Amino acid sequence: MKIVVPRFPGTNCEFDTKYAFERLGHEVDILWHEEEVIPSNTDLVVIPGGFSYGDYLRSGAIARFSPVMKAIKSYADNGGYVLGICNGFQILLESHLLPGAMKRNENLHFVSKHQYLKVEDCNNTFLRRCKEGEILNIPIAHAEGNYYIEEDGLKELYDNGQIILTYCDENGNPDNPNGSVDGIAGICNREKNVFGLMPHPERAIEKILGSDDGVRMLEGFLP
Amino acid sequence: MKAIVNVYLKEGVLDPQGKAVHHALGALGFTDVENVRVGKQIVLDLKADSMRAAEEEVEKMCETLLANTVIEDYSIEIVQ
Repeated sequence: MKIVVPRFPGTNCEFDTKYAFERLGHEVDILWHEEEVIPSNTDLVVIPGGFSYGDYLRSGAIARFSPVMKAIKSYADNGGYVLGICNGFQILLESHLLPGAMKRNENLHFVSKHQYLKVEDCNNTFLRRCKEGEILNIPIAHAEGNYYIEEDGLKELYDNGQIILTYCDENGNPDNPNGSVDGIAGICNREKNVFGLMPHPERAIEKILGSDDGVRMLEGFLP
Repeated sequence: MKAIVNVYLKEGVLDPQGKAVHHALGALGFTDVENVRVGKQIVLDLKADSMRAAEEEVEKMCETLLANTVIEDYSIEIVQ
């Protein structure tokens, strides 16, 4: 599979992301943000974590207008698979490729730790190798992961199976690290080709680093 | 001409920074504070023919970039 990872000034997870997908046998190209075209044989775009444009104004607000994001938007509009991790998720929200917005974490701290997640819905390409209700151990590292969506939008997410991951403790009980609405950690769009999550599955691919639960997630995109 | 743009979280959207500042003020003895909202101010120097034109232009800027209207409201003040 051919994967493209866009890189903005301030991105810092592009090499972890490349490493993780290469380990799974994919071909990965890092694409500079000034590129206007996504190669036509691309099977997946992964927008990595970091601090694009210094997170100035709002996380993801400036990256949204970069040339590569215009290309990614039309790639997604044509049904292409897009995964946004952490800052990538924030960029997808700012780009309106996913609904809702991010606020500062409720406790105002940068939260960096391993966090358990519950698979809420695996009826999608990303999490199809996971089981519903499964608990995953994946690192989080963010200051703005306090997901917000107004009531009608939230209902739509529920009705369409768009809430794919929530924060929990090791027994699956709610454990919300950032104040996110209903403990939401990850969502997808209605068409289920655009995915965003705050946790970093690419940092959980080897047991020696604490968890390899991320492999099951990233493998969802394997043919 | 100058435009002063204030951006703040919408009413009803919990403001974690405002809450923290409110709490800190209370701890310092400022107990009469009922609510605190923390926003940001963006000041623009503009070349514009009229205040009306300036305001229209700044409104476009707010809608596209300066505010995220999913969670934020904004106000614009144009000064000569």
